Amino acid sequence: MDLFVAKNITKQYGNYTALNNVSINVPEGSVFGLLGPNGAGKTSLIRIINQITAPDTGELIFNGERLKPQHVAQIGYLPEERGLYKKMKVGEQAMYLAQLKGLSANEAKAKLKEWFLKFGMETWWDKKVDELSKGMAQKVQFVVTVLHNPKLLIFDEPFSGFDPINTNLIKNEIRELNKKGATIIFSTHRMESVEEICNHIALINKSNKILDGPLDEIRDQYRTNTFEIEYNGMNGELHTKLPDNFEVVTMEVPMPNKMRIKLPEGSTPNDLLTTVLPHTQVQALNEVIPSVNDIFIRTVENA
Amino acid sequence: MNRIGLIIKREFLSRVKKKSFLIMTLVGPILMAGIMIAPALIAKTASDEDRTIIVLDETNFIINNIKEKDNLHFKYLDPSVVSIEQGKEKFKDSENYGLLYIPYRENVNSIQDNIKLFIHQDINLSTQSYVEGQIESIIVKQKLLAEQIEPEKVEGALKTNVNIAAIKISEEDGSVEEKESRVEGKMGVGFVAGFLIYLFIFLYGAQVMRGVIEEKSSRIVEVIISSVKPFQLMMGKIIGIAAVGLTQFLLWIILTFTIITVAGLVLADPMDAATIVEQQAQATQNPEIQAQTNDIMSKVSVLFGDISFSEVILSFLFYFIGGYLLYGALFAAIGSAVDNEADTQQFMLPVTMPMILAFVVGSSIIENPHGPTAFWFSMIPFTSPVVMMVRIPFGVPLWEILLSMSILIATFIGAVWFAGRIYRVGILMYGKKPTYKELIKWARYKG
Repeated sequence: MDLFVAKNITKQYGNYTALNNVSINVPEGSVFGLLGPNGAGKTSLIRIINQITAPDTGELIFNGERLKPQHVAQIGYLPEERGLYKKMKVGEQAMYLAQLKGLSANEAKAKLKEWFLKFGMETWWDKKVDELSKGMAQKVQFVVTVLHNPKLLIFDEPFSGFDPINTNLIKNEIRELNKKGATIIFSTHRMESVEEICNHIALINKSNKILDGPLDEIRDQYRTNTFEIEYNGMNGELHTKLPDNFEVVTMEVPMPNKMRIKLPEGSTPNDLLTTVLPHTQVQALNEVIPSVNDIFIRTVENA
Repeated sequence: MNRIGLIIKREFLSRVKKKSFLIMTLVGPILMAGIMIAPALIAKTASDEDRTIIVLDETNFIINNIKEKDNLHFKYLDPSVVSIEQGKEKFKDSENYGLLYIPYRENVNSIQDNIKLFIHQDINLSTQSYVEGQIESIIVKQKLLAEQIEPEKVEGALKTNVNIAAIKISEEDGSVEEKESRVEGKMGVGFVAGFLIYLFIFLYGAQVMRGVIEEKSSRIVEVIISSVKPFQLMMGKIIGIAAVGLTQFLLWIILTFTIITVAGLVLADPMDAATIVEQQAQATQNPEIQAQTNDIMSKVSVLFGDISFSEVILSFLFYFIGGYLLYGALFAAIGSAVDNEADTQQFMLPVTMPMILAFVVGSSIIENPHGPTAFWFSMIPFTSPVVMMVRIPFGVPLWEILLSMSILIATFIGAVWFAGRIYRVGILMYGKKPTYKELIKWARYKG
């Protein structure tokens, strides 16, 4: 079942179209990557999901119901432009933000204590945000985003500005939350950064969605039957032994004993092996799987 | 607790807990009370000690003619025995306050320009003017005598003091009512009320703007509006800061009165209190003094008696809040449109100009509170909070007040709506300074 559905969303600012008839389906329990270059319309879509702005046309469905203001209590949002009140104490501030999400003061306090303990932040409660380091403030920010156990978590460019240690910590926390049942939307222009955690993606370019679906299926579609082979002996000469319909894509110049070969339709890696084995010793054979970035570039070029 | 309540609470507490709020709350009343108490304190210490002025009068006009006053005494030297040089020597070694020297002149008219007062320290202004006044009246008398005019006759003629009682006739329930009317009290009440509104709007309106800029520049605003509507955040901030302002004013009034009362009790020494009680006791028995007191009381009641205080207080609260809401919303819109306070200049001018205009018009119409300028500026919602408050103590027809209030309500609803439309777009825009054209475009965006 889909936890969140956006149908035919269009949003215009004056004469500028930020989103043009965009639809996405976010399956429950998925880690959904909303990918595209800067200015593609990702943040516009995310603000619509968070009910910060309303679409001009289109329909939004959350958990089977039409999206309503009450649903904000079930959504956690970490915006790209994020921060905290600098002069306010950490504890007070976290309590305030939690209560705005609909938690009672008691619930908020109990949950905060739990998270602060988990992240080793117990002593920060009475400190002002001013006195925290940037990394510490980022942890506080993460805690207040996930505190109310939202069904849907939305992260806009989550790792920009986070240091590597926090990035790792938070990646693990997000995986943990996903395992416990939270559905997660990632939005980023750095496609390689989320490839390892996303299982669904949607690609957005120039206000239009150009591709979406489960990541595995998309990759399957974009597989080209290309393999990378590493061998010993016949330095740089192995390609002369290949049949004509085996297309050599690249020959690594600094490493002459490595190359990429595109096989004709119907051929398998076994065919490649039988061809080369009499001439050389194979050290490694891998399928070249297209990266999301490659897929994106190819989709944009074909469009 | 509902969400807008949470926002109001945060806006209120985060400001009230600041040290600067505490300091302002304490310093304000001390300054105000100081301004009121200082003159009394100075007058008291000045008149406390006994002062003696020695008089060396070569003209013989002044001798024994100066009236003594409170702590000021006069001692006369004999000019046929003591010269001015000897007098100065004697004064130098004495504890006396001053040496008044009136040199002999043939012509009565040239005496007045040659009088000297020798002193040890700087002279007290009131003492100097008292001595001057005394000598003046003595010399006038001498001049009249020189012209063979009886001083007593002239004195009677000079003491004419005209006092016109202005009586306002108003018709109520068919019967004509006559009220003695004095403008000074109304001017005072109207001006103070108008000025307070002006001050409140500027001080706290600017705080709304700064608060919005703070949320924008610390980048927390998007986190908050994923939980509440931008309009709720804006209104919560405006209302929370209004509560801070009202609290501060209330504390100022209470503290000022406390300080003045306490200071009054401490400063008045028991001897004085005893004399006052004694005097009051005498007054009740002495019909003449009693008549005087009644006269003072009736003057005070004439000064303020004509003003309907319930009307003044109610309309003060209304214009106080209405004017603040109108300008607070505009200040919030300005804050949302810029990234930092330095960029606010271009948008501040159109908002502050009407406020300053209101204050200038308010101070000038005090002379003519019912003229056309006064009328129109008390209808225009951007100036009415100040201008109407200046007029109300003078008595404004009910329909004018109601019309002005309705226009103000309609305008602030419109302003809050318009500001809200700019605000919701502005808070999410970073990096570029918008033009007026863009602001209008923002207001037109849907959703």
